Amino acid sequence: MSQSAVQPTPASPTPEGGHLLEVRDLHVEFRTGEGVAKVINGVSYHLDAGETLAVLGESGSGKSVTAQAIMGILDTPPAVIRSGQIRYQGRDLLTQSEEQRRQVRGTEIAMIFQDALSALNPTFPVGWQISETLRQRAGMSRGNARQRAIELMELVKIPAAANRLGDYPHQFSGGMRQRVMIAMALALNPKVLIADEPTTALDVTVQAQIMDLLADLRRDLRMAMILITHDLGVVAGVADRIAVMYAGRIVEHADVRSLYKSPAHPYTKGLLESIPRLDFHGQHLSTIRGLPPNLMRIPSGCPFHPRCPYVQQVCVDVVPHDLVLGDGRTSACHFAQEVRDDRAR
Amino acid sequence: MTAPASPPKKVRGEPILAVRDLVKHFPITQGVVFQRQIGAVRAVDGVSFDLRRGETLGIVGESGCGKSTLARLLMRLEMPTSGAATLEGRDLFAARGGELRRLRRNMQMVLQDPYTSLNPRMTVGDIIGEPFEIHPEAAPKGSRQRRVQELLDMVGLSPEHLNRYPHQFSGGQRQRIGIARALALRPEVIVCDEPVSALDVSIQAQVINLLEQLQDELGLSYIFIAHDLSVVRHICDRVAVMYLGRIVELGTEEEIYQRATHPYTQALLSAVPVPDPELRDNQNMIRLIGDVPSPANPPSGCRFRTRCWKAQDVCATQDPDTVPRAADPHPSACHFAELRAPASPS
Repeated sequence: MSQSAVQPTPASPTPEGGHLLEVRDLHVEFRTGEGVAKVINGVSYHLDAGETLAVLGESGSGKSVTAQAIMGILDTPPAVIRSGQIRYQGRDLLTQSEEQRRQVRGTEIAMIFQDALSALNPTFPVGWQISETLRQRAGMSRGNARQRAIELMELVKIPAAANRLGDYPHQFSGGMRQRVMIAMALALNPKVLIADEPTTALDVTVQAQIMDLLADLRRDLRMAMILITHDLGVVAGVADRIAVMYAGRIVEHADVRSLYKSPAHPYTKGLLESIPRLDFHGQHLSTIRGLPPNLMRIPSGCPFHPRCPYVQQVCVDVVPHDLVLGDGRTSACHFAQEVRDDRAR
Repeated sequence: MTAPASPPKKVRGEPILAVRDLVKHFPITQGVVFQRQIGAVRAVDGVSFDLRRGETLGIVGESGCGKSTLARLLMRLEMPTSGAATLEGRDLFAARGGELRRLRRNMQMVLQDPYTSLNPRMTVGDIIGEPFEIHPEAAPKGSRQRRVQELLDMVGLSPEHLNRYPHQFSGGQRQRIGIARALALRPEVIVCDEPVSALDVSIQAQVINLLEQLQDELGLSYIFIAHDLSVVRHICDRVAVMYLGRIVELGTEEEIYQRATHPYTQALLSAVPVPDPELRDNQNMIRLIGDVPSPANPPSGCRFRTRCWKAQDVCATQDPDTVPRAADPHPSACHFAELRAPASPS
């Protein structure tokens, strides 16, 4: 590939040489009437075949915008992709035409959303909505598409699938609607599934059902998954690796066990200490002081410095780069090692 | 009655609010002109509990279990189909006029969504001061502004924020404004309906700590409605678990979280994801099948039987009462109440 010369890792058209999906130094801003919001400020992460990457962050951290950029469904304007690459199997999606991107969407990378009720069309039966994808994109006949839609609904464990083909989205419960959306996403056998807060709107017992289903499907269909969430509990149960986002940057990146055991960024550490645990009682709930930054006025230096208990003068002046801590761990903190060892002590 | 004969003594731990067999059915009607009732959504269907002075009673359950309807009943925003509730011995649903106003002064509410529960066209000072317009006796006119500033200070906001509008605040700060408004009339009971579920994790802890601190300082009693069982465990002294309009289990925080005897409580607790990857493999989760049945047509007998792995014939015919059970002396509505085998030690 022509771009491979300028990149440190050789990009090959097959996943063997590089990663299945790779986001490199992505910058996205939203140009609004009130000013320019820098929503993504140099995000890089990668996903290998068959693994689950969790992207963790609070509202406004840029976790969903990154996913929308990968899918090519960002509203432009107001969003503008300033720079960066999104490489799928070695090809940069951002340089492709809309038609080429359409071929990737759904067949290679598919996405499910938080709110299934607004993601489904209320005026068509769900069977029609699932089979529409198959007719349009896989060129199936009406009858074959219908048969395949039933199979997909059975795959996501919707009871009496054949009878429910003609039902409308409002006739399904929240958990069942989420299953319908998963069935639609799986219709074209994607290799990557992006799940954007798939269980946030659901009750815990239903959340457990959906997370189980996603884990089973990922294993059986050998998909890779990007799980976007704010829930540290959900992440702990399913993810292999975690990227923690704050103010449009990835502040910490680690495998799931080391991150929970010894967080190396003060933000991650603060988050873990501020959630009440079901399995403890009477713990002191420490808080992260202050508020997430306004993305139109991101603080100088480290964007977390106004809220950070470890803050020093250098944090105000210098933007921290990713500090490599071994085992593929990185932390964008000037004092990453001190923070990590602080907890281990 | 114009004034209570003698002011009740404020003893911590005595019941301040007593709820007995509270029922709220919403009619389902058919037809346009002559609306015939063809059924009823049994949102709350026989709920009894006591709230003790100074404690936090958690009410947990999944969507549709009736916990928010219960909150609206207790605030007298809805009238019950039947049942009774007394606040400091006075009947909540019989009160009218001045007596009702006095009752309402004593019981305030914090709502879930800090974005829609504050009027965008009113300043923060007006929002927090509005209760004084309705209850002028609570603060004399001259002292109102000072009282509002005190309240802002109490919830951790700067008193200079008086003239700002809600949109100038973040979600967590707005929830603080909602709390200040609830505190304005110095109530003794505050009903918190999902007060932190719309907030980000890092902000949630700040609001929880604020609620706990205010309780210590002002001796408030909370009814804390939430679906997040971890938050409820953190803040509550006692917990009631609701399912389809009923309380299925009621006990202290320890009784519910460590010695639950109702299968629904056990399943609910086991489904909560624990933020610790070391525990992901030995978490012995109970997987419930199916969804919550419609409250318009609840199952006969025990309402949980359609999803319960212990269900027998008796469950379909006999509705279990929420009474102390042999397995553990706290009330549980299950014919086969028993403690769960302890999870593998971690």
